[in-house]
Amino acid sequence: MDELTSVFIQEGREQLQAMEDGLLQLEQQPDNHDNINSIFRAAHTVKGASGVIECHFIEAFTHKAENVLDRLRNGEIQVSSELTGLLLRCCDHLGRLMDVLEAGQAEPPAEVSAAGNTLLEELSAYMVTPEPSAGGMVEAESEVETSGGGVVNTDSWHISVRFGPHMLRGGMDPLSFLRYLTSLGEILALETIPDALPAADEMDPEACYLGFEIRLQTRATKADIERVFDFCRDDCELRILPPNSKLTEYLKLIQELPEDEMRLGEMLVRCGALTQHELDDGLSSQQSGTSDEPTSPIGEILIEQKVVQKEVVEAAASKQTRVQEKKAVEARSIRVQADKLDQLIDLVGELVIAGASANLLAQRSGQGELVESTSILSRLVENIRDAALQLRMVQIGETFTRFNRVVRDVSKELGKEIDLVISGAETELDKSVVEKIGDPLMHLVRNSMDHGIEAGDAREAAGKSRRGRVELNAYHDSGSIVIEVVDDGRGLPRDKILQKAIDKGLVQPTQTLTDQEIINLIWEPGFSTVEQVTNLSGRGVGMDVVRRNIQSLRGSCEVSSVEGQGCTFTIRLPLTLAIIDGFLVGVGKASYVIPLDMVIECIELNGQSNDRNFLNLRGEVLPFVRLREMFEIEDEYPARENIVVVQFAGQKAGIVVDQLHGEFQTVIKPLSGIFRHLRGIGGSTILGTGEVSLILDVQSLVQRNNRREERDMNSSLAAPRQGA
Amino acid sequence: MGGKQRLNWVENLTIYHAQEHKERLLAALDAGSGLELDLSQVGEIDTAGLQLLILAKQEAARKEKSMAIVAHSPAVRETLDFCNLTAFFGDPVVITAREQS
Repeated sequence: MDELTSVFIQEGREQLQAMEDGLLQLEQQPDNHDNINSIFRAAHTVKGASGVIECHFIEAFTHKAENVLDRLRNGEIQVSSELTGLLLRCCDHLGRLMDVLEAGQAEPPAEVSAAGNTLLEELSAYMVTPEPSAGGMVEAESEVETSGGGVVNTDSWHISVRFGPHMLRGGMDPLSFLRYLTSLGEILALETIPDALPAADEMDPEACYLGFEIRLQTRATKADIERVFDFCRDDCELRILPPNSKLTEYLKLIQELPEDEMRLGEMLVRCGALTQHELDDGLSSQQSGTSDEPTSPIGEILIEQKVVQKEVVEAAASKQTRVQEKKAVEARSIRVQADKLDQLIDLVGELVIAGASANLLAQRSGQGELVESTSILSRLVENIRDAALQLRMVQIGETFTRFNRVVRDVSKELGKEIDLVISGAETELDKSVVEKIGDPLMHLVRNSMDHGIEAGDAREAAGKSRRGRVELNAYHDSGSIVIEVVDDGRGLPRDKILQKAIDKGLVQPTQTLTDQEIINLIWEPGFSTVEQVTNLSGRGVGMDVVRRNIQSLRGSCEVSSVEGQGCTFTIRLPLTLAIIDGFLVGVGKASYVIPLDMVIECIELNGQSNDRNFLNLRGEVLPFVRLREMFEIEDEYPARENIVVVQFAGQKAGIVVDQLHGEFQTVIKPLSGIFRHLRGIGGSTILGTGEVSLILDVQSLVQRNNRREERDMNSSLAAPRQGA
Repeated sequence: MGGKQRLNWVENLTIYHAQEHKERLLAALDAGSGLELDLSQVGEIDTAGLQLLILAKQEAARKEKSMAIVAHSPAVRETLDFCNLTAFFGDPVVITAREQS
């Protein structure tokens, strides 16, 4: 695939996304004209670009969709949920066509084009049929009276175009577009409108100010004429009136254009679109129309008309600034291949390791100046590291907005009314994480809609509002990002889950489990409580897959639920997968790294609590683990031991170590496959000395510790009960 | 302020030197009571050049000076003709056989 095509596919997909977002918004706010315009622009860009790369099947399809959008834009048809649904399906179809193009096929396969034809048929219901009549007109056209100025030639197209200021600088010459028009047919009359030309001082000779009114006689269709202006469509105001347009349409045109009404009217008379009489009649009837209100003085009408003009001018001006802003944004961002970025991160990782080694050597040498310069160096390396990682950070919003569509479609399918509420869309996380989080999230959201949210009637009966609510939240929390999927549905059915677990032999009927333990059973493989398997979820590929996906990102997931009120899935992910700030500690001869974000404080362990695994930290119970025992390090006990207090997901715990070495930049090197089942170790890193150090997986350490404490507690609680 | 300035234009009236051309045209217009433009040597004219001519004409009208194009090269004549601006400039043009409208 050549470069042009791949750029087209990439940008085309972005435009389709923009179109889809716009369409979803359209359902909520059918009157938002800016939105309709931006949808239209997106479709138009796709069409234009596909024409450039000569991908005709995309161009042809988009063209039809664009026509319908154009009518929508002009207010000729109304927004309805059928229409938006149809347009959304057209978006999907375009996505499939892009796939076809990406796969390098010359033509879409039969079933895809069949689907496309069905869509086109549906689209045609929203289209007018001016083209055949126009063609018929030209066929029948034989009168010769249209030659010469001043004679009204109603049977030709009227093209009114105002070129935007950026045309010339963009390397396009408006005159050449007009000259090209002559290849379609004959220009019967043409009027240049220089009214927008400012005074000499303000005039920028590289900006375009001209507009043209053109009468064109041709057999071409409106689409053909539009195509002439394709290259500058975003940067000019183009209005095309078909042959035999009604007087009111010309009047509308006059009103819409920024120039003075009378002057424009004269222009139209001069180029033969209207007669003077028609113009006078039209304008005056319009004025009498607006002055229907009693005793409104003529001045007011004029002001009113001015106001109308002002708005149009403003609209045009704001459109231009928007285009400018868009261009500015484009200029500020550049596309970089993801693997180049990965390579950079790798290099930065090596740089961090090498820097640490240099630092260590400098300290050993004891030369003050060397130490100083290496410390400056390491600070710079740290900055580079942060900046490099920042490059990979993307906002999660894009992933979230995809769910608007999912929620819309699924709620229609299920016949439920569900709103999606998104918060924290600007939260940033590593690109590689964003890419992989989509599927698990999709599963959770579908689950919530399918199993969580009840049908409208059931909700009303339960005293809730009829419309269900699914929330997607994201926020940062101590070195990790938290994503929540919240619904206000019926919650997880505790008894059903327990029954199912017993049926499946996951738990013994005699076992007593806490509510949380029962809820956690849903993470077990092959677990689904829904009797009726829908095509959305409940196919057995269940929550265990979600959990595994998230764990492969070094994340964790939890669920909490209140029966009758809803449930919350919480996903916790590390911010980045490559480099972290670590806290280096030593036990015996080995050293370990604890992620610095999780460290709260360090305290000295005094002798009294030697035989117990918790201590009193300012009135709080702090459970702790001894790394020495956990990893079975048989060394001399040092004179003093230290506790590193860490926090994860709101739980505090202590880790008992021998020495505290301090902060250390850690490049995470993943452990190889055979160590996958090790608990408590998250990865490894290379120290400045070249030694390997293990990175502690604080979460699993804490959880493991908690479980052991719980077990001990249970047995110690159970023992006296048996005795009594 | 002298009498009428006469400017022999030999370059192409295109976007590439539009800024410079604008200054030169306006300076010439300021320098005298009127401007006579000889465009017979102009090989090429584009929208930017056309705009400058319109600007000069408007500017002259504003300052109540005269501005006339005394000679047209084929390219200039064709462009003015195409844009139906011959009447706007109001200069005598060698009428060609081809009639626009």
